[in-house]
Amino acid sequence: MAQRVLEQMKSLEATRTAGGNGPRAPAGNGGGSGWSREEAAPAATVRVGLWFLLTAVTMLFIAFTVAYAARRTAPDWAPIALPPILWVNTGLLGASSATLEWARRRGRRGDAAGVRGGLTVTTLFGAAFLVGQIAAWRELAAAGVFMATSPHSAFFHLLTAVHGLHLLGGLGALGYALRRTAAPAPAGPVLGGEDLTSAVLGSVAIYWHFLTVLWLYVFFIIWS
Amino acid sequence: MAHVAHAEAQAGHELSFWRKYIFSQDHKVIGIQYALTSMFMAVLGGLLAMFIRLQLGWPGQSWPLLGRLFPSGMPDGQMNQAFYLASVTMHGTIMIFFVLTTLLTGGFGNFLIPLMIGARDMAFPFLNMLSYWLYPPAIIILLASFFVSGGAAGGGWTAYPPLSALPGAAPGSGLGQTLWLISLALLILAFLFGSLNYITTILQLRARGLSMMRLPLTIWGLFVTAILSLLAFPVLLAAAIMLLFDRIGGTSFFVPAGLLIGSVPVDHRGGNPLLWQHLFWFLGHPEVYVLILPPMGMISDILANNARKPIFGYRFMVGSIVAIAFLSFLVWGHHMYTSGMAPVLGTAFMTTTLVIAVPSAIKTFNWLATLWRAKIRFTSAMLFALGFLSLFVTGGLTGIVLAQPPVDIYFQDTFFVVAHFHFVMASAAIFASFAGTYYWFPKMFGRMMNERLGKWHFWLTFVGIYATFFPMHYAGFMGMMRRIYSPQIYAHLQGLQPLNVFVSIAAFVLFAAQFIFLYNFFRSLFRGPQAERNPWRATTLEWEAPSPPPHLNWGETLPTVQRWAYDYSPPDMAEDFQPQAAPAAVPTGRSREGRGDGGHAR
Ligand code: HEM
Ligand SMILES: [Cu+2]
Repeated sequence: MAQRVLEQMKSLEATRTAGGNGPRAPAGNGGGSGWSREEAAPAATVRVGLWFLLTAVTMLFIAFTVAYAARRTAPDWAPIALPPILWVNTGLLGASSATLEWARRRGRRGDAAGVRGGLTVTTLFGAAFLVGQIAAWRELAAAGVFMATSPHSAFFHLLTAVHGLHLLGGLGALGYALRRTAAPAPAGPVLGGEDLTSAVLGSVAIYWHFLTVLWLYVFFIIWS
Repeated sequence: MAHVAHAEAQAGHELSFWRKYIFSQDHKVIGIQYALTSMFMAVLGGLLAMFIRLQLGWPGQSWPLLGRLFPSGMPDGQMNQAFYLASVTMHGTIMIFFVLTTLLTGGFGNFLIPLMIGARDMAFPFLNMLSYWLYPPAIIILLASFFVSGGAAGGGWTAYPPLSALPGAAPGSGLGQTLWLISLALLILAFLFGSLNYITTILQLRARGLSMMRLPLTIWGLFVTAILSLLAFPVLLAAAIMLLFDRIGGTSFFVPAGLLIGSVPVDHRGGNPLLWQHLFWFLGHPEVYVLILPPMGMISDILANNARKPIFGYRFMVGSIVAIAFLSFLVWGHHMYTSGMAPVLGTAFMTTTLVIAVPSAIKTFNWLATLWRAKIRFTSAMLFALGFLSLFVTGGLTGIVLAQPPVDIYFQDTFFVVAHFHFVMASAAIFASFAGTYYWFPKMFGRMMNERLGKWHFWLTFVGIYATFFPMHYAGFMGMMRRIYSPQIYAHLQGLQPLNVFVSIAAFVLFAAQFIFLYNFFRSLFRGPQAERNPWRATTLEWEAPSPPPHLNWGETLPTVQRWAYDYSPPDMAEDFQPQAAPAAVPTGRSREGRGDGGHAR
């Protein structure tokens, strides 16, 4: 997953060299360098790919949900006591989305240092969330609740693990955005007048907020 | 990194051998890599089928030579049960996922999409390379499972639990099944990366003037297939992950309580094996359309080209592709009629299943109408396209039989089902792949294949397929079940032995005939006559590029599209076709403007 996102970001980077042709602009019109393969991935294209990626991830979790709903009706279903630290983790992830938005706003004002600061804090919150999730697993283990203990704990471990893997990818994307935005100012508009910083941040933000919402969803079904 | 790639692109062909042919990001190279690897897997999958037929034709017979080659699977030359079941499972798995899916989307899809839409490459070339490079590891893991203790998985390509969930359930349920799941998970990732790329590329990178309703049907088939894959494969991935958890983590998603293995109670409880079937077939049925929609598109283009007529009812062709894809998510229950589902539910699934026959029939009639009164050019590609029609209809008709629960309850798990899907899916998709290979080989490699060998190949394959699979309907009728090592122990099936021998011999001939193709393919690669740019006098964009197309496909300027993809035999013109990118001709008679925007031209 991490690679997928990273790659989309890489393609985005490529647009910088391509001189920012529109997605369907025929090559040769955009000046001398307009015929490289890199023109194939301007920001709008990355955005389209990103939405379809999210569709696929959504399907994955829909399948888990269906299984969860079906499995719950079995007679051996017994809820486990979920560790309270999950509330803290939820707060951390929510905060990370907020700081990411803050970073984007800084970016729109052209405040490069603000962008970097915001991204760094976001990454730290995200990493803290993952650490918190692992702490939750350990807390359960200390209480004698393991993956195979009950169907509820099996789903808890399954869903948090798969969500965590996607989040790991998100951290990679944040790291990439940090690196990208640290580079010198981009050459021209990429996405309908958007500059590179906001284009990169916009794509990363879509993915990151998606993961936040996904966690809220997972937390909700696993708690209720 | 992008800077480097960019510089290289500018400098033309200065990529190292490694980056040019192995870890290439060029969609054409990746497509050919996918195709060649799939061909290799097809030979393996075919060999496994020969093992299946060996056992069904001559049960209990000893083959000393083979015994020496496969000491564990065929001790003293006699095939054992585990090896038979592993052959059946791996044959299905390889053919469906590792041959047809990879060949049609990874091979043809990769090669054709950018060329047919006038793009320089895929939207995400690196992701594309990654997609291919997940495939060989998946193969290695899958094949390694033959050599682990217990051998390869034996629970069928559908991997139903508990057989697939409990390591002790059967020989192949051990490490072999775990490797099967891991291998499949890798391949699913490859498919997902690919699908993301195909969808985005088709949506974003079409040449100027190429509206969606001017796309060749090949592209429509691949586009809708990619969407189908993107929605269906994550569901299988979810199921596979849960099954792995059951196997390795001791969870009970799919394993029910109270199972005994060798009279030892199993430590799982409460799981639901039917849940696997639901998840599997929710993918599984769309997956069969993943294997038939690209062929439908390719066949449409090849038929129109060789009939020298526009495809009949273009809009209906597009609409029926979309309709089939949509409906395919609503029919999975027809694989589960015997699972004890409520009769009402069975009727509902029957209804949706029968509704799918409508768009399928629309397509068939449109193909026939395209052929109607055409001056057909019987090239090898065309013969295989016509063969596709025949096979698809033969198999589609038995689908309608199986769609009805009362009938299916008898036929479920018999050779009737085997006959059904080998016609409608397996053979039809293979025929389309052959048609596509004969048709696009000149573009792929810049050389022509041998037409005379192609015709031999066609006739032997066509007759071979019918001889192999048609009698299976009868075997199914008589109650012969599939995936069984020795059906002959049942008195009522013993009379079928001569038929089984006949089928086995036909299958061997069929397999042997494929070597004509392989010979033709590899010989033409090196010795075939040079291909022109547009040897079939076709309209679509890929024929505007040189054969084979250079890196980045087009010269300085991208093609600009003027009309739809089926301007064959336009009246009042000297040529019997108008390429999509040809500048608007000065009309010599009546105005031709109206034909530009889609299928309602005729
Ligand atoms: C007219 C349309 C079709 C109908 C009504 C239909 C109906 C059915 C039904 C009811 C079954 C279940 C049989 C059983 O297991 O007892 C079945 C099996 C199958 N069908 Fe079709 N089918 C149709 C077209 C297709 C197409 C186009 C494909 C593939 C391209 C396909 C591939 C398969 C496969 C692979 C199986 C067997 C799966 C297995 O058990 O291993 N079918 N079909
Ligand atoms: Cu089906």
